[in-house]
Amino acid sequence: MRLTGFLIFVSGKVLKAVILLAALSVLSFWLVSKSPIDPVQSYIGADAMVVGPEQRENIAAYWGLDRPPLERLYSWGAALLQGDFGTSMIFRRPVLTVIGERFMASLMLMGLAWIISGLLGFWLGITAAMKQGSWLDRLIKTYCFTLASTPTFWLGLLLLIVFAVWLGWFPIGLAVPAGGLAEEVTLAERLRHLILPALTLSILGVANVALHTRQKLIDVLNSEYVLLARARGATEREVLFRHGLRNIALPAVTLQFASLSELFGGSVLAEQVFSYPGLGQATVQAGLRGDVPLLLGIVIFSAMFVFSGNLIADIIYRLVDPRIRQGEASG
Amino acid sequence: MSMPGEVSGVKTEPMLSVRELSVSFIQYARGLKQQLLEVINGLSIELYPGEVVAVVGSSGSGKSLLAHAVLGILPGNAIVSGDMQFGGEILTSKRQSTLRGTEIAFVPQSVNYLDPLMKVGAQVKAAVKQGSKREVQQKIFKRYHLDKNVENLYPFQLSGGMARRILVAGALVGNARLVIADEPTPGLHPAVVKETLHHLRELSDEGRAVMLITHDIKAALEYADRIAVFYAGTTLETANVADFSGDGSDLRHPYSKALWKALPQNDFVSLPGFQPASGELPQGCLFAPRCHMFKDLCKEKRPKERSLRGGKVRCHYAT
Ligand SMILES: Nc1ncnc2c1ncn2[C@@H]1O[C@H](COP(=O)(O)OP(=O)(O)OP(=O)(O)O)[C@@H](O)[C@H]1O
Ligand code: SF4
Ligand SMILES: [Mg+2]
Repeated sequence: MRLTGFLIFVSGKVLKAVILLAALSVLSFWLVSKSPIDPVQSYIGADAMVVGPEQRENIAAYWGLDRPPLERLYSWGAALLQGDFGTSMIFRRPVLTVIGERFMASLMLMGLAWIISGLLGFWLGITAAMKQGSWLDRLIKTYCFTLASTPTFWLGLLLLIVFAVWLGWFPIGLAVPAGGLAEEVTLAERLRHLILPALTLSILGVANVALHTRQKLIDVLNSEYVLLARARGATEREVLFRHGLRNIALPAVTLQFASLSELFGGSVLAEQVFSYPGLGQATVQAGLRGDVPLLLGIVIFSAMFVFSGNLIADIIYRLVDPRIRQGEASG
Repeated sequence: MSMPGEVSGVKTEPMLSVRELSVSFIQYARGLKQQLLEVINGLSIELYPGEVVAVVGSSGSGKSLLAHAVLGILPGNAIVSGDMQFGGEILTSKRQSTLRGTEIAFVPQSVNYLDPLMKVGAQVKAAVKQGSKREVQQKIFKRYHLDKNVENLYPFQLSGGMARRILVAGALVGNARLVIADEPTPGLHPAVVKETLHHLRELSDEGRAVMLITHDIKAALEYADRIAVFYAGTTLETANVADFSGDGSDLRHPYSKALWKALPQNDFVSLPGFQPASGELPQGCLFAPRCHMFKDLCKEKRPKERSLRGGKVRCHYAT
């Protein structure tokens, strides 16, 4: 009974996501078809001089660009349903392969930032709440509010100038040293390239978890059950470990999962600043050069990525919170 | 009739003595203007070893705040003044923090005082300070007729009565000399009410002091030695249980007499009017707007507490 309740919940979510994805695809397709960028022109790029009108038509026909938008949408959708995302015009390889490669690079970046910002934010939030009203609390709060209004690319540039240009501690961009063979790239090299963009994303990602955790813990500290714990002699430390963490961990974890969309958005900008060849950078290229199949593929993929984050957040809540767990069993 | 604190002729020291306690809350009115809201003023009460003192009074009269003040768990915006002593020594906040949960046990007023995400067995165990936590918890569960599997339940899975029993059980696991129970019994099965009050009585008979905050005057009369009547943040009267009898003429304050008369087994007529709200207290006697003995002096001067016929009263004209 409990399992069926859970399955109904998950399939409901998935169904909603599928409908959303379909709508999103049509919308994106429509937007791209209205875009002023001529995909043929950007495909040809600098070779425009030597390409005659006839060749242009051939190129357009090869990519199916000469057919009306509705027909293109239909054939693209039909192929998509069979798992064929088409071929990227700028990379000249299957969209799925491009996304897969790029996503692995982004995943390292986002994963690192996700973990650092989660742990750091959680810790900052707890520190602020335990010392509510102190200068430390005010400092943390000010830091978070300032961050919330700092543009990613600005912070990225700042770190780049200070740590890469002035101090020379880190490389200026890319994921691996330029000019080397792929097999020779060590893990340490990869990490060195990863640190600045990951730091940019983490510094910005901290604010949300920290402020949320702070507020949640303050609520817990003002709760009646903490009052009782104090009335029975619990120290502040015991209050935090016995009642605090238990009541704030779950909201923080789920918030972190639910904020994958911001992380993804941030990584698009950070990758651009650091020329980090991840999915975000591919998105910008696909957009600027009218690579419709790649752009649409990324739109769908990133929507699924964000959706999975939200779904995981929901599922964790259901599995961990005893009140919801029980509700599922009896309902 | 023996005076309080007189155990077999020997005058003992009070376990807890609260004199002229005032509690105010700093409130922020419009903008940054601060405002002091006085919710307890001139409150006095004493508890001797071996006795149960019941605290009665309508909602908002300051019963819970007294309990919280003694424990030192009032919110940060509370300002406390007056004199509180435990075992003959001043209750500083440092002392309060060492006494809480060891010498002073506390049963809170509502089931919201349980952590919603913690199994109740663990919550009771957390209150155990001496001996094997597990054994002590299981013993007290047995005493309060809580099945063994209850320890693995979360508060939301309990009935109201079970949650209450968990709160009581958590307070009575230790060896505290003073037990403060803030309405421990509403919603309980009559048999469990009896068991709980009986347990409190037993504890006091072992030489502890028990403060029983309750709305249930009948229960108070059955299990307490003395009754303190609260009104608008102060004690109007402290009487021996025996004074609550007959037509109430042994009582001292017109308010206690009215309370007594309002009981179903007596006249069952309640006093018209309301307790004044904190912040809108009359300048003179707090009870003046509802008092039939009211004279001019009552409006001008707030009566001080005085001893009268083996009890305490706060009224200019009580005899
Ligand atoms: N934190 C607070 N800030 C401002 N006023 C408060 C605060 N806590 C309590 N009060 C006020 O103090 C008064 C006494 O409250 P208290 O909880 O002691 O009443 P009580 O006698 O226990 O009532 P009840 O029988 O309903 O439990 C009430 O008027 C209440 O509104
Ligand atoms: S002091 Fe006056 S108003 Fe107050 S209770 Fe006594 S007689 Fe009544
Ligand atoms: Mg109360």
